[in-house]
Amino acid sequence: MFRITKRDKSSISDSLIFRSFGFAVGIILSMLLILLLGYNPIASIAALFDGAFGSLGGLRNTIKFAIPLATTALGLSIAFRMKFWNIGGEGQLLMGGTAAMFVSLIAGPNIPGWILIPSMLIAGIIGGAFWALIPGIFRIQLRTNETLFTLMMNYVALYLVKYLYHDLWRDRDPAKFNFPGIKMIQQQAVLPNVFGISVGIIVPLILAFLVYILIKRTKPGYEIRVVGESEPTANYAGMNVKRIMLGGVLLSGGIIGLAGAVKLAGETMTLTDNLTGGAGFTAIVIAWLANLSAPFILVVSFLVAGLEQGAQTMQLRLGVPAAVADIVKGLILMSFLGSEFFLRYRLVMTSVIGKNKRLHSQMKNHCDDPNVSDVSATRSAESDLTDDCAVRDEKAEVR
Amino acid sequence: MLSILTQPQFIASAISFSVILLLGTLGELLTERAGHLNLGVEGMMLLGGAIGYYAAVTTESLPLALIAACLGSGMGAFMYGFLTVTLRVNQNVTGLALTMFGMGLANAVGSKVAGTSTPVSIQAYFEYQPFHIKNPANELIAYIDRAFLSHDLYVYLTILLAIVMTIFLFRSREGLALRLTGENAAAADASGIKVTRIKYMYIVIGGMLCGLGGLYLPLVQQGSWTDTITAGQGWLVVALVIFVRWHPIKAIFGSFVFGALSILGYSVQLNTTLAKMPIFNQFIMSMFPYILTIIVLVITSARKKAWGGPAEIGHAYFREDR
Repeated sequence: MFRITKRDKSSISDSLIFRSFGFAVGIILSMLLILLLGYNPIASIAALFDGAFGSLGGLRNTIKFAIPLATTALGLSIAFRMKFWNIGGEGQLLMGGTAAMFVSLIAGPNIPGWILIPSMLIAGIIGGAFWALIPGIFRIQLRTNETLFTLMMNYVALYLVKYLYHDLWRDRDPAKFNFPGIKMIQQQAVLPNVFGISVGIIVPLILAFLVYILIKRTKPGYEIRVVGESEPTANYAGMNVKRIMLGGVLLSGGIIGLAGAVKLAGETMTLTDNLTGGAGFTAIVIAWLANLSAPFILVVSFLVAGLEQGAQTMQLRLGVPAAVADIVKGLILMSFLGSEFFLRYRLVMTSVIGKNKRLHSQMKNHCDDPNVSDVSATRSAESDLTDDCAVRDEKAEVR
Repeated sequence: MLSILTQPQFIASAISFSVILLLGTLGELLTERAGHLNLGVEGMMLLGGAIGYYAAVTTESLPLALIAACLGSGMGAFMYGFLTVTLRVNQNVTGLALTMFGMGLANAVGSKVAGTSTPVSIQAYFEYQPFHIKNPANELIAYIDRAFLSHDLYVYLTILLAIVMTIFLFRSREGLALRLTGENAAAADASGIKVTRIKYMYIVIGGMLCGLGGLYLPLVQQGSWTDTITAGQGWLVVALVIFVRWHPIKAIFGSFVFGALSILGYSVQLNTTLAKMPIFNQFIMSMFPYILTIIVLVITSARKKAWGGPAEIGHAYFREDR
């Protein structure tokens, strides 16, 4: 039989072995499902990887997908460090995009880009931070469950954007034949491309560095980690838990809002209810897989973005529905998550008979110890001891 | 406004809309009572819907469609259970991964039967309305009939299920064991309840109920499969469970309220004076269920003594933990 015990610490090589094993299991399960669905599994997976990383164009698209994912995951990682379960990435992304869109809409066409772009990005930060602040305040003051609160805020934001899209901000230009939609952002507000990649790429790169320094090397970062480990400890150490948590939540939401603004200005050019493309949810899994570590978040985001890009190639080349990418993504994520178990716990083989024998011999030594039984101790003490031994024997049998 | 709300057609369509939510809510409620927040409801509803509908179209048999839906969503729930119960992975993250997986598999399976409508032989089951009154004696009875009694068996069985589940949860030993597991898994374990078995069982049954809810969408309500047919109703279910405070009877009324709110936006569009007011915009109206849930969350957390749901939610139980 097996018994599960906790591991003290796992080495990096262990972590690598188990994670690659998890990845392999995910790929194999995906291939089985693809086969069951009636497509060629090997060709599909090959097309998936080739499409994502095999060509310059594919690589560019992968990076394009990775930018919002990485930025959002970096923002989430700060909240997760405090054990503030911010599931509201979708909403914060949307509100960041909405705020940036608002600035572009009210700004005249004469405002130069070097003023407009920063104002849009700052607006995005404020929008995202505001959307995280609402559940944050209730969490801090009333201990309202932030997982569910932030989740609900996603849908409030989603329907708000739908309302803006179909109604309030609708572009009623007759040339659009009454199709719903919001105007494009100002020409000068579009983020320029460098080598075919939006300059937005520097945002997650710089942020990863800053978040890393913040968490590992600064006092506020240390406080955030302590609050996450144990609020009573933080309190006892004289930290202002409420202030720290408020700061962390604002920072988390702000970074995610920035991701929304960057995506708006660099990729979609207008606000739609599909601005996020599910990035808010995917980023949660990314942050978790990367163990909340900023450099790893960049790596994992790149790989997950590769799955999304590769799926399109798979569809184009083999006619495999793009939905298969979600299957592969979901399965790889789940097997990755599952492999975590083996890093935290150990399976110990226990042979029932052998264990009983060992225990018995220990007991016997103890009970037969002449120093204990021969010494003319009082009667009560002696009976206590034999009872004790009987109990232990019984326990050994039970095991 | 009131005239819209009291129209028998409006009430009737709100009820048929709320069946999907109610089934999902009952399923998620069981899961959460066992101490597991499964954010994969959307994925499981889609899995049940797609696989069940695929079976319905290919076999033209309702029982097989129901079984296929249960198997599909039960498989998703089992994966979630394996990861969160046995492997003790974070529940939120696993649920989200399940939604991704479920959405992908459902859309891939569904694309094979897209464009085909529900077989006539199966439609016939749902045309049978057991309580429908053929010749109403007066206006009132006719009204009640059109609003409440002209539904298919699926609707009434779902409501019956909610009642049975209430009795099960609060009046049976098994129900007590389930609630204890969700409140304090260590205490349940110490009292001899097989915690792992209970968790697996209700996570999987819960998933199956979500899948049956998902099946009603393509099979009856829309009559065909479209990509991501649930369109966020799975998330509405997660909200509903909190809104009804983890209670099956309240879930009947809660899902009716949410169902009504979800279609009210469309009904109001027909009334030109109301449609012009921003508050009655269909998208603003769609926010209300979520805002209501937030209000419930805040109120219960403000009342210190109020019960805030099964205490074990989100925690992985490990016997050797202290």
